[in-house]
Amino acid sequence: MTSAIPDHYQSASSIAANVASGEISAAETLEQYLNQIEDNEKDVHAFNLVTIDEARALANEIDKLVSKGGNPGPLAGVPVAIKDNLCTRGIPTTASSKILQQWKPPYDATVVRKLKEAGATIIGKTNLDEFAMGSSTENSAFGPTRNPHDFSCVPGGSSGGSAAAVAAGFAPIAIGSDTGGSIRQPASLCGVVGVKPTYGGVSRYGLLAFASSLDQVGPFANSVKDAAIVHEVIGGFDPLDSTSIKEAPSPFTDLLGQGINNLKVGVIKELMGGIDGISDEVIARANEAVTALSNAGAQVEEVSLPAALYCLSAYYLIAPAEASSNLSRYDGVRYGLRVDGNNLNEMNINTRTEGFGDEVKRRIMLGTYALSAGYYDAYYGKALKVRRLLAENFADLYKDYDVLLSPTSPCTAFKIGEKVSDPMTMYVNDVCTIPSNLVGHPAISVPFGIGSDGMPIGIQILAPPMNESVMYQVAETLEQAGT
Amino acid sequence: MSPEIFKENWELVVGLEVHAELATTTKLFCGCLNQFGNEPNTNVCPVCLGLPGSLPVVNEKAVYFAMQLGRALNCTVNRSVFARKNYFYPDMPKDFQISQYDLPTNSDGRLDLPNGITIGIERAHIEEDTGKTTHIGTSGRISGADYSLVDYNRAGVPLIEIVTKPEIHTIDQAKAYVSELRAILLTLGVSDAKMEEGSIRVDANVSIRDIGETNLRTRCEIKNVNSLKSLGRAIDYEANRHIGLYENGESPKQETRHWDENAGRTRSGRSKEDAEDYRYFPEPDLVPLNPSKETITKIDQELPELPAERRKELLDLSGAKPSDIALLVERNHDSFATETITSGGSPNQVIKHLVNNLPDGLGQLTPQTLAQLAQMEEEAKITNTQAKKILEELVEQGGNPSNIAAESGFEAIDTSEVENLVDELITSHSDEWERFCAGEKKVQGFFVGQIMKATSGQADGKLINQILNERSAKK
Amino acid sequence: MMSEPITPEEVTHVAYLARLRLTEDELSRFTEQLGAVLTHAADVEALELDDVEPMSHPLPVENTMREDAPQPMLKPSDFLNEAPAVEDGRFLVPKILGEQP
Ligand SMILES: [Mg+2]
Ligand SMILES: [Zn+2]
Repeated sequence: MTSAIPDHYQSASSIAANVASGEISAAETLEQYLNQIEDNEKDVHAFNLVTIDEARALANEIDKLVSKGGNPGPLAGVPVAIKDNLCTRGIPTTASSKILQQWKPPYDATVVRKLKEAGATIIGKTNLDEFAMGSSTENSAFGPTRNPHDFSCVPGGSSGGSAAAVAAGFAPIAIGSDTGGSIRQPASLCGVVGVKPTYGGVSRYGLLAFASSLDQVGPFANSVKDAAIVHEVIGGFDPLDSTSIKEAPSPFTDLLGQGINNLKVGVIKELMGGIDGISDEVIARANEAVTALSNAGAQVEEVSLPAALYCLSAYYLIAPAEASSNLSRYDGVRYGLRVDGNNLNEMNINTRTEGFGDEVKRRIMLGTYALSAGYYDAYYGKALKVRRLLAENFADLYKDYDVLLSPTSPCTAFKIGEKVSDPMTMYVNDVCTIPSNLVGHPAISVPFGIGSDGMPIGIQILAPPMNESVMYQVAETLEQAGT
Repeated sequence: MSPEIFKENWELVVGLEVHAELATTTKLFCGCLNQFGNEPNTNVCPVCLGLPGSLPVVNEKAVYFAMQLGRALNCTVNRSVFARKNYFYPDMPKDFQISQYDLPTNSDGRLDLPNGITIGIERAHIEEDTGKTTHIGTSGRISGADYSLVDYNRAGVPLIEIVTKPEIHTIDQAKAYVSELRAILLTLGVSDAKMEEGSIRVDANVSIRDIGETNLRTRCEIKNVNSLKSLGRAIDYEANRHIGLYENGESPKQETRHWDENAGRTRSGRSKEDAEDYRYFPEPDLVPLNPSKETITKIDQELPELPAERRKELLDLSGAKPSDIALLVERNHDSFATETITSGGSPNQVIKHLVNNLPDGLGQLTPQTLAQLAQMEEEAKITNTQAKKILEELVEQGGNPSNIAAESGFEAIDTSEVENLVDELITSHSDEWERFCAGEKKVQGFFVGQIMKATSGQADGKLINQILNERSAKK
Repeated sequence: MMSEPITPEEVTHVAYLARLRLTEDELSRFTEQLGAVLTHAADVEALELDDVEPMSHPLPVENTMREDAPQPMLKPSDFLNEAPAVEDGRFLVPKILGEQP
């Protein structure tokens, strides 16, 4: 076998409805998914750990609650795969790094807690590029994840395990994190829906930080509606995250099914051929999406986002700078790997040298350099100013447009090993997704057909902060047009 | 004003950085107890242990305390941004310290010393404390230790770091600055300010220059100073070290040095490799603090009277010695003194008792009872010794001083009664009286002793002497 | 722009600041790769941005604070079991060479 795509995906909402009504138990549902994992996981390698026992215990609890007539929550019995950079109490959380050495956190991430409270069955921890640094899930200390559509291809990254898990039918829902496209790009490459929420819309408490001012946790699903439902569950103010937003957004499912008549959609020309490296085939498909939206009644126009030209550079200064500081704590003192030395300094160096992979080392050094005396203003300082320009560009556009559109990824899934030795080539994968991270805006990737290689293509819908309801509205229309 | 001479032609230039632990209930970025003396690693959580995934949230009380101190030091309270100071050290759970850098909460203030000199305050910013490292090995010191143990109970305790301009030019000024700052911290109640227990810690930036020179020369930062006395010694040692180097045609290099109390010297603390490059950048996990005008107005309105005003008030009222007044303000007994004096207690007696006889607290004493006692003493109804005994009773149990005096048999002896006794004694001992009048001082004791004997010690010694002097002058 | 955006010496220094050790091989490879990223970033370096306010945070949120109220703390067994070396309830580290800076 060279691929592992199921004939049919069950929606999370139908699972929850069946479990709540007692029609199909959470335990039965779980076993179906565990069977799917059993059959194909050895080829896909979506998981670092499948938590079979814990999942069965959670499912039994839900079933017990249902039998007592209790309210099991909006995700009753829905198996959910969690990216392995989100803390799970007592269950190894590794960020796919050797340096954490199967570290067991003493606490659950807020997102994990909310999922459990909503009745979800946490099914396991998914593979990722080490510390979420990468676009292919090849930078994992535990080996790469393979694209369920073609095992010779990458699933994208860094949340490649989560995207692959949903595409392979290992779970109807997975959770990822998106710092520069790490949910949307693998969603695009695996043919599933992936959402990066508004910065501050979902708590980061318990997410192992890569770049704190860019990281957001978000859902993968097989449909726009499922994504919106899960987003609803994991979102909201968290007093444990100072950057989380206090004001409640309008419910994400509010505008679903409303159509998009008279909505204004801007198509970002810089991401439709204005910047090198985006494949013609992907641009052609994006133009078909534009036509589809236009046919559905939207007013679609080409717009310019001039600062988009500098986003890649700004991102690859800001993200490594923050990462270099966030990853200092992995020093062999309190948890994880320690490689001994004759003194503290040597121990720190031995541990970090052996514990981190190449990509992580590269970004730590790049970030350390960008922040160091004499280079701060030229690199980091300037990057922060580009970010402001970009925010101003977006603000201007959102005066006239409800949402913006672009491809999600510049190309379809590439071969394992094809780009991993050339960092700069790999970094270009993020060119369409990075702008939303730099300004903290929400964006979604929706599958929209396949390329000539038979691999999925995704279209990105960008929306103003806290305006996810309109983003989901447009994405749903595109979803219907694409199938 | 002419410059202070430190030594020969050298002027001392010192800037002080004082770290004060803020007296909040919980830590700066998490809900763990800000408490001293617990079992190691018991006041900790994912945040202050720096566990992966944890995030800081600012304690509003710590921010309020910091702004209060800022206003008390005449600072501007700014919109402020937390920053990360990056360096590896095992007592820092995240291997960076959350501090403030280019946008501190407070800037540009001043502190007036009791002697009238003003020290400029550069900034007063909020930051987190580190954990505590214990060095295990024969010496107990960092060098020569076999290994070290780390306790994170103190990690994340809120600190305010108050940085002066380099405007301190004598060791006495440095000490006076720290004392005055402590008095302010105590008055505001924002810190315990105990130097010996480490709840305030002083680092001194020391340099030296020619008298009349206006630029600043290379400074060294002296850490690990644990008392006012060692602050003085450390500055003195370091200044002399600089002078020695300059006089040898060398110059000091900018570095952090550590005061070794036992050896009485400073030592270089870091290896050459660790040139300091802290890579400060805005802390992305926290949002800026931006107090409104109303918040700052409210802080100003709630600001208690500061030590300088309090000292001036008590000085105007009592005319007592400045050092006594400073002591009472530090003990927080000044408003008690004021109330006692305005209730009719004589300033001399009141200040004397508060300074000398009440170091451990006031107990059941009230301004009214102390005022009465002082009055009785002033009118010589009781003696000094009796007053002290009554005072002890008032502190322990309270009550009315004249009742206590009566119960204790300290019945006042009338002035005229003492006069009669003196006159009788003069008549019956004319020889001794002649010698007294001739100036033989030792017979004075004889007269006082006899009167005390006759009154069972209840006569006031001062009164007796006063009468004796009057009588001899009339003779 | 400089012909070499970053030198091997600078990479060695940066690696030390980050507590990493590089082999000869890694040093030349990383120097080249970091150089490529910095060369790409030269477009940003060249921008005229004097009047632009830096944006370190994506959203204009301010003054998020918490009450000074105690929260549950961890038991030492919750985290000491995960530590590489412990003695008497404290984290054990090898001999430290220098004082805290
Ligand atoms: Mg400091
Ligand atoms: Zn804590």
